[in-house]
Amino acid sequence: MANLIEIKGVTHAYKTPNGPLPVLDGLEIAVPEGEFAAVVGPSGCGKSTLTRLIAGLMKPDRGEVWLHGKLVKSPRKTVGMAFQNPVMLEWRTILQNVILPLEIVAPSMPRKDRIARAEELLALVGLSGFEDKRPSELSGGMRQRASLCRAIVHKPDVLIMDEPFGALDAFTREDLWQTMHELRAKEPFTAVLITHDLRESVYLGDQVFVLSGRPATTQYVLDVTYPGDGMRRLEGLYTPEAAAMLATLREQIQIAQGRHPGPAVH
Amino acid sequence: MDLLRKIGVPVAAILIFLGFWEFLVWVNGWPNYVMASPSDLPEAYIRFWNLFLTGSWQTLWRTVAGLGIAVVAGTLIGMVMGFSRIARDGLYPLLVGFNAVPKATLVPVLALLFIGQHNFNTVLMAFLISFFPIAVSVGIGLSTLEPEYRDILRSLGASRFTIFRKIALPKTLPEFFGALKVSVTLAFIGTNLVEIISPHGKGLGALFLSGQTNSNYPLMFAVLIALAVLGILLYYAVVALERIFAGWAERPQG
Repeated sequence: MANLIEIKGVTHAYKTPNGPLPVLDGLEIAVPEGEFAAVVGPSGCGKSTLTRLIAGLMKPDRGEVWLHGKLVKSPRKTVGMAFQNPVMLEWRTILQNVILPLEIVAPSMPRKDRIARAEELLALVGLSGFEDKRPSELSGGMRQRASLCRAIVHKPDVLIMDEPFGALDAFTREDLWQTMHELRAKEPFTAVLITHDLRESVYLGDQVFVLSGRPATTQYVLDVTYPGDGMRRLEGLYTPEAAAMLATLREQIQIAQGRHPGPAVH
Repeated sequence: MDLLRKIGVPVAAILIFLGFWEFLVWVNGWPNYVMASPSDLPEAYIRFWNLFLTGSWQTLWRTVAGLGIAVVAGTLIGMVMGFSRIARDGLYPLLVGFNAVPKATLVPVLALLFIGQHNFNTVLMAFLISFFPIAVSVGIGLSTLEPEYRDILRSLGASRFTIFRKIALPKTLPEFFGALKVSVTLAFIGTNLVEIISPHGKGLGALFLSGQTNSNYPLMFAVLIALAVLGILLYYAVVALERIFAGWAERPQG
């Protein structure tokens, strides 16, 4: 299968008053169509820069970002974005929030169809009946669900997520992981998930990319073979196979942080 | 019950205030030419009712006109400062300095610049005194827009104007109305300043001045109360507009 996302030798530095601050150094990432890539790495290693590069919001100093066999030079209508902050527009209802991308991407789409599409997605994430509520009336987890709906309402090829579950409590987060799998089963998209949570990366990812400390390179790639058949289950995280993958990732993160990997301390 | 509290409480507060004022004058035995009491005012209103009507109208329309210009100009200046760092750095000291100049000193300047253009001068002053809060709040609202808000539309290839219209503008509305509440009373002060200071003035300010020249103290106080009533009316007109356009920012209580 062809790679939908290809990041080839991307190097980037930010200009600061104290001279250039290199954040990415020869980064290589390839994600086949329909796959889910999780990206982990130490804090401040340039993971958010990566999301902006894939979205075409900025250009790398060197190297290339390819989407669907086309070089990314500017923003394109075929990506969806979700952030740690659900970024709900408080003056719109939940339904109107979800519709927003369609107003930009498909201005000629009839209103009736837009509403039907948004309602379909909101039902998928369990938000039926909340269409006409204001974002301030919803919990953090519900707002993040609505934010995911908005990110995929226009059927993007690529869903880019920058720690979307980072601010949620553990139980809500696990609920949303499940929702993510349910969405993927119904809506085909290729996903890039930036996360700090290794369990999340293993539970959701088909591949886990470990980035090194700043400036980031691709230090390690883990192909996830999740225990069990069919839809992934949370229980799978508590099997020896999953424990082995998590141990490998933890070890890699320690190397990335510049620490010597030692026996895990609890 | 709710309506009773919303209207009854403020009315009671006003009545208590008037009662206290009346009591103060009575207990001190102040004559009319030192301090008029509320009970002297109805007579002034009845005697000069037509002057009050025309004066109020002149004051009102010139204040609203000046405020309208302040809204347009203030929003434009705020937009420039919100989107461009250079403009922000350059304009801030200038605006702050201008705002610090006592506006009373500008009345003779304007009077000389535009001789005889009384309406124009008055509207101009109402504008000059009231655009600053609007410019600052719109500027701050736009410059503190979280990048994610921009990115959700920018990543779809939306134009700057679309982002402004769909995100930045509505998101700044609560700050804008907060500033407008300040500006509305400022504009009012600006109008009255010109009406009182410049000769051959019109409006309630001129009526106040004629009360002063004729030593008609009840008339002067009656004008002050009329000004207060107009100010309250304008303020609540802004509150009503805020409910319509930025009512979403108000969270349900409890």
